[in-house]
Amino acid sequence: MFVAWAGCELRPITTSRGRFLTDISLSETSALTARVETARKAGAGDFRFRMMALAAALAVLAIFAGVITSLVFGSIPAFKEFGFGFITTEAWSPTRERFGALAPIYGTLVTSIIAMVIAVPVGIGIAIFLTDLCPRMLRRPIGIAVELLAGIPSIIYGIWGFFVFAPWFQLHVQEPVATAVADIPVLGTLFGGVTFGIGTFTAGLILSIMILPFISAVTRDVLETVPSVLKEASYGLGATSWEVMWKVCLPFCQTGVVGGAMLALGRALGETMAVTFVIGNAHKIAPSLFAPGTSISASIANEFTEATGDLYRSALIELGLLLFVITFIVLACAQLMLRQMEKGKGK
Amino acid sequence: MTVAASRTSQMLYFRRRLANTVFILLSTCAAIFGLVWLTFILGGLLVDGVSALSPTLFTEITPPPGSKGGLANAIGGSILMSLIAVLVGTPIGLFAGTYLAEYARHGRLAFVVRFVNDILLSAPSIVIGLFVYELVVVRMGHFSGWAGAAALAVIVIPVVVRTTENMLLLVPNGLREAASALGAPQNFVIKLVTWKAARAGIITGILLAVARISGETAPLLFTALGNSGWSWDAGAMNQPMASLPAVIYTFATGPYEEQHALAWAGALLITATVLVLSILARLLENKKRT
Repeated sequence: MFVAWAGCELRPITTSRGRFLTDISLSETSALTARVETARKAGAGDFRFRMMALAAALAVLAIFAGVITSLVFGSIPAFKEFGFGFITTEAWSPTRERFGALAPIYGTLVTSIIAMVIAVPVGIGIAIFLTDLCPRMLRRPIGIAVELLAGIPSIIYGIWGFFVFAPWFQLHVQEPVATAVADIPVLGTLFGGVTFGIGTFTAGLILSIMILPFISAVTRDVLETVPSVLKEASYGLGATSWEVMWKVCLPFCQTGVVGGAMLALGRALGETMAVTFVIGNAHKIAPSLFAPGTSISASIANEFTEATGDLYRSALIELGLLLFVITFIVLACAQLMLRQMEKGKGK
Repeated sequence: MTVAASRTSQMLYFRRRLANTVFILLSTCAAIFGLVWLTFILGGLLVDGVSALSPTLFTEITPPPGSKGGLANAIGGSILMSLIAVLVGTPIGLFAGTYLAEYARHGRLAFVVRFVNDILLSAPSIVIGLFVYELVVVRMGHFSGWAGAAALAVIVIPVVVRTTENMLLLVPNGLREAASALGAPQNFVIKLVTWKAARAGIITGILLAVARISGETAPLLFTALGNSGWSWDAGAMNQPMASLPAVIYTFATGPYEEQHALAWAGALLITATVLVLSILARLLENKKRT
């Protein structure tokens, strides 16, 4: 009972669990021992391979655990010094060794909110355009372009935002808007003041452009899971494209769209280079959105290598821990939603 | 039908038509809006990048402020660190993905690994940088190319795990059953049947991982740091190492015109690399499908 197996020598059969099927036609004891020996080796090889796979899977868990542990350990000095006041204080003074995370947290949240407010509707719009409205000839090229652009590294968006977009934005949008709203109560505070081109709002805009292809790609994939019978049925009842999309397709893949948006939010929250270039790196919460600010990731990227003193470095690591916790929660929700969506698809 | 009833139904029809037109206009505008920005970015990159391209980019090292030079050491450092990261990260990712798809598809451990892997996949890369800083840089006492490569490897692993698992799941079970029925031990089934069947997909995953790390900046800033000179002796990886993205960052934020031009050239190089890799990956994927 031998088997010729592609590319390897003749080997006796073993089952996947490593038990041997003994060959009843065997009579010679020496041949039998030899075969049992080969079978044992094959079984051992199988076991080794399985263990390697298991070890690699555990390595993924170990990396995750390592990230959390190292961040927690690194932030202990800062936590001892500032306690929970760390996340509610705005002061950030390396020279006096006082650190508070409020300004970076504010910057991270505000830039992400601006990005989401712009990118979610536009991204879904693009996805709808691609699935339903786009001429068939353009569908593939535009779809591919969107996917390729989702892979462009964030530093490219950063350098473009810094050299090209920010000066243009200052001249053609910020200054006119700031002058126009200067005397209006709420808007004047939000969009008034001296303009620099770079700032919280610019960072949010660049972020929105960056996550746009990502949201469109996910939404398009999700929209394509809508069974065409559903669409055909509603068209057959006389529904317009808008009604089919709004009342049939979007409700059908609601979970997936929301999950995709959350995934994009996770990216926006943790995005470093695109933001660092254009946010202005000022550790203060300004009332105006046009004013320079900072975000968690930008603070770390800017200051970490220059951070002298253990407390300074520890404060930055604690910022990293906060960022990781925030993104973990968002990404975990996104994963669970997308999983649920996939399960529903199987039904 | 009375006149009034027909008028209301006409109104309704008109309103629905209007809503539909508005909807079509809005989503077309969204598509144009998106494409316009993306064209602006790529256009700006081409204009500023191409004018800064020159053969000296590849032969000269990064210049001190105020003088001309190239990006040779940064390009070399990026390639070396990415190569090591891929060599280390790919086997781990491959085996972990294999574990998820072949050994423990529905197990509880597999569920946890899959979940954690997807989190790592989109976790902020700067946090990975902090992790490697604590793990490698603090232990070694200085920044080094090894630390940079380690950070990139940590980013490679989840990408490879995800694509490997997805691709292995596409392999029909009949192939596995046939191989097992011929008496092949499971590791032979995996090595000679499923890996082979999913080869194109797995290579796609590796290409995508390379594309992903070739633009990663944040985790390199405080692991490999940067180096303004060549260091191609045996201990090169033990010293701080220049990388293309980190050089772009430092040069772009500095005040010198020559350095700005180099930053643009570097940005163009990175984008071209990423686009070529993604297109290759896509071609491979399509070839497999047909």
